[in-house]
Amino acid sequence: MSEHQPENLPASVPGGDIAQPGTPEVVERREGMFGVRGTGDTSGFGRLRRDVEFPGASAKPYGGWFDEVAERVENLIGDDAIEKVVVDRGEITLHVKRERLVDVCRHLRDDAALRFEFFSGVSGVHYPSDEGRELHAVYHLLSITHNRRIRVEVSAPDADPHIPSVVGVYPAADWHERETWDFFGIVFDGHPALTRIQMPDDWPGHPQRKDYPLGGIDVEYKGATIPPPDTRRSYN
Amino acid sequence: MGVEDKVPAGVLLSTVEGLFGYMRKASLWPATFGLACCAIEMMTTGAPRYDAARFGMEVFRASPRQADLMIVAGRVSQKMAPVLRQIYDQMPNPKWVLAMGVCASSGGMFNNYAIVQGVDHVVPVDMYLPGCPPRPEMLLDAFLKLHEDIKAGKLGSNRTALEAEQEQTALEAAPTLEMKGLLR
Repeated sequence: MSEHQPENLPASVPGGDIAQPGTPEVVERREGMFGVRGTGDTSGFGRLRRDVEFPGASAKPYGGWFDEVAERVENLIGDDAIEKVVVDRGEITLHVKRERLVDVCRHLRDDAALRFEFFSGVSGVHYPSDEGRELHAVYHLLSITHNRRIRVEVSAPDADPHIPSVVGVYPAADWHERETWDFFGIVFDGHPALTRIQMPDDWPGHPQRKDYPLGGIDVEYKGATIPPPDTRRSYN
Repeated sequence: MGVEDKVPAGVLLSTVEGLFGYMRKASLWPATFGLACCAIEMMTTGAPRYDAARFGMEVFRASPRQADLMIVAGRVSQKMAPVLRQIYDQMPNPKWVLAMGVCASSGGMFNNYAIVQGVDHVVPVDMYLPGCPPRPEMLLDAFLKLHEDIKAGKLGSNRTALEAEQEQTALEAAPTLEMKGLLR
């Protein structure tokens, strides 16, 4: 950037012609909400239909600075580590194989053209219907030198929920990985102390998974009880 | 006639219970137990505009050993509950608990696995204050009502008798679910 940029600008989104995501792949078709399914009762929740979609891979050229970043990453680590690159709504996401994650992160942090030094956070997502890739971990990185943001996503099957830890590259990932372990059950190999951070230490289960119950109790009034929201309007 | 008539002018007679009650309510020091959003309103109540200090809540003691009143301000998570109990146990008698806000009173809007549904599952509560969050005026009203209760508190054998009577009433009372009639 040759012009002097004022401080505190948000990360630059390339203007003009940026790529769109490819055909979305539907992961799941969710029916109903709040415990109501199928019935046509007046709540309107019973007949709700929502498709859970992943945006498809974008085609090159991606537009703006995305091209040079994607090309640099491919040159540094080889093509086989990146599963897909998605450019959607002005943001770029690299889907990376979990074995190569630490490599990718080290290059993203150290290479002069990339320099994504700031680790914003890692969080988990659980897609129970995406067989073999149920647990995703999403890493958000910021480059302060270049004023850019990038997202790295890895996935792991439920049967083997291990992802290598990036604490060696980004020490700030320590507590974020603990939280992701606590809520999703993703085991980060190489983490110095992977213990629960939000729930009590002996809590069973991983609460933010889709199949974990809300755990509300009936509210007791004089002469009536009101069940918690997710079981309230079920008639069976 | 009574003793009061034979006493010279300038002497005031009272009961020990009356004096103790008055002294205790006049200088009730709260322990800081602001957990979440209600803590902001609690701080506002202590700040100059709503000033809890004019009611005797001069200092919010950081140490529970020096506090009389624990204001549970905010939602109590499952992880925080044993800590809450420990702070309560560290307070010396006489002590009171004010559940500030709906989350402390009953779990509030958070009816889920992570939040204790009412802090009375963990400590005995003397005053429940609804609100999300309660305005500072509401908190001051709760303080004043609690002061009335403390002023009317009993001592010694009177107290033991009162507690036995309250226990008996509670054992025989209908559960909330089975109360009939005016639902108020």
